[in-house]
Amino acid sequence: MSIKFSLNKLIPAVAVALAAFSAGTIATAAEDMPPLPKHDWGFKGPFGTYDRAAAQRGFQIYKEVCSACHSLELLSYRDLEGLGLTANQVKGIAAEFQVSDIGDDGSAIERPARPSDHFKKPFPNELAAAAANGGKAPPDLSVIVKAREGGPDYVYGILTGYVPYDKLTPEQIKEFNVKKDDNFNLHFPGHRIAMPQPLEDGKVTYVDGTKNTLQQEASDVVEFLSWASEPHLEARNRTGVRVILFLLAMAGLMYAVKRAVWADAH
Amino acid sequence: MASSHGAPPVFNNKVVAWIDHRLPIFSYMEKEYHTFPTPRNFNYFWNFGAIATVMLVLMIVTGIVLATNYQPNADLAFASVERIMRDVPSGWLLRYMHMTGASFFFAAVYIHIFRGLYYGSYKAPRELLWMLGVVILLLMMATAFMGYVLPWGQMSFWGATVITNLFSAIPVVGESIVTWLWGGFAVGNPTLNRFFALHYLLPFIIVGVVALHVVALHVHGSNNPLGIDPKGPQDTVPFHPYYTMKDGFGVMIFLIIYAAFTFFAPNALGDVNNYIQANPLVTPNEIVPEWYLLPFYAILRAIPDKLGGVICMFGSILLLLVLPWLDTSRVRSCTFRPIYKWFVFVLVIDVLVLGYCGAHPPEGWYVPAARLATTYYFFHFLILLPVLGKIERPLPLPSSIADAVLKKKAV
Repeated sequence: MSIKFSLNKLIPAVAVALAAFSAGTIATAAEDMPPLPKHDWGFKGPFGTYDRAAAQRGFQIYKEVCSACHSLELLSYRDLEGLGLTANQVKGIAAEFQVSDIGDDGSAIERPARPSDHFKKPFPNELAAAAANGGKAPPDLSVIVKAREGGPDYVYGILTGYVPYDKLTPEQIKEFNVKKDDNFNLHFPGHRIAMPQPLEDGKVTYVDGTKNTLQQEASDVVEFLSWASEPHLEARNRTGVRVILFLLAMAGLMYAVKRAVWADAH
Repeated sequence: MASSHGAPPVFNNKVVAWIDHRLPIFSYMEKEYHTFPTPRNFNYFWNFGAIATVMLVLMIVTGIVLATNYQPNADLAFASVERIMRDVPSGWLLRYMHMTGASFFFAAVYIHIFRGLYYGSYKAPRELLWMLGVVILLLMMATAFMGYVLPWGQMSFWGATVITNLFSAIPVVGESIVTWLWGGFAVGNPTLNRFFALHYLLPFIIVGVVALHVVALHVHGSNNPLGIDPKGPQDTVPFHPYYTMKDGFGVMIFLIIYAAFTFFAPNALGDVNNYIQANPLVTPNEIVPEWYLLPFYAILRAIPDKLGGVICMFGSILLLLVLPWLDTSRVRSCTFRPIYKWFVFVLVIDVLVLGYCGAHPPEGWYVPAARLATTYYFFHFLILLPVLGKIERPLPLPSSIADAVLKKKAV
């Protein structure tokens, strides 16, 4: 009831306290919002990986739908090789876009994009993006999954959370001051969102024959955007497993050494 | 080169002996890290000094490599951090080690401070040792705050705005000081530049103060869970290999938890808003610091007056400088302080409550909770500690460390 007493009780206590701490900082601002739809993402957890086929379909959606307004400026076309595309396919995709450059004689030119170019932005600058979108520039999507509370579930929730005006209850219309032209989204803070519903059943035609429901499209584009936010996740997980196995072995070794050294001192 | 307690070491290697005769680094290592007599009864709380040292080195090494790839320019900083994450080989590893490392450095140091509080490590003759530790904590907070600004996310920018604005509470010269800190009339590129320079400088000052901390430690040696001084060789063991190996084991366990966060949940301790590039025109709903600064942030916001809040926040840490004189009990270890022992735990809960309040907007019941917890924090140090030392009757101290260790074995 002296030294050991405090030690044995304290370490779990400190651990619990730290956990409570981190939970406290994470779980903020979710009052009176419906819970986000739970989706079983394959990239969650220490052994998570991206579904390449889903992410490639997601890229198709980004290219055909989202990229009309949203930039993805932290990514280069060559990054798409991480999704399983070949160097030649990437070259082809990049060449579909014309980018500004300076020619050999110093004059401004337009040339086809190369794999090393960053994704072409839909607007030349933020002011132009804001002017074309009712005063507020659509956010860049490069790290959107990491930049929102709830991560992939939130983005999926937004994409599938639109409710048409005539399906709203009178209480919702009154409480959130919804007008006929407003876009109502269950998961957007304040519910009135500037972005009109971007995806719906049959919005894109998948080349691999996957059924193009709204849920499928949303899930695919979230898979793509999650990869875009954290392209090294798989390497990180793999390295992490090895590092922890090494540290466990090293800890075991150190414990044995420590026991042996202390054997004569006790 | 073997030597027992006290005798100067003899080096068989001629080169080593030649160097040591002129610059006694080998004798120093031998004396301070090999034969150094260390109380034999440490528990695992005594690992956290070594753990904090490992984290400091890890932060400096990863930080220097990050700095070679980072752009301290308001237009480029955010993208340059993402470039490190995406395009620099193993850049994601360096960045996440550094980011998570800050949290774990603070966790180790907070446990180290708790150890000092519970076992009375701050009492005579270790007052200066403790005070140097408080200086390290302050330097760490400044370094961490400026480091958090560097990715130039929303929370970087607005955190910098809130914290630098605190100095405007100083009467008369406050506004001028804030302009001087910013290098302009708002947080901007000059602010980022100087924060980067200082974020690179301060860790080396921390290393210097840590060196003084260790020198001061080695004058009278470590405290121990019984809080009584070793009376002879039967009470101590040589630092190496006994504590080098025990510290090695503790460090490994700590690194396992650190690695789990670094590799599997690197963003769990951070704020999602810092993945949005700084925008001076859009204020985030809530401006909160990282978890390790939350209790002090709660104290700041608990006081209804700005200047009062600033004074209380800095005061809550500066108070620790005079802790050795606020504690009037002559017994060091809480093992023998039947009443105060519980109040140390109450203080820990109080700080956790403050942290919890600091993470939430100052409205509803968080306001009275933060005020109550702030009041208790100062009550603990300024009233409870001095008074309790006078009225508490400590348990009888064992006659020696060896005595106590052997008695426990017999039971």
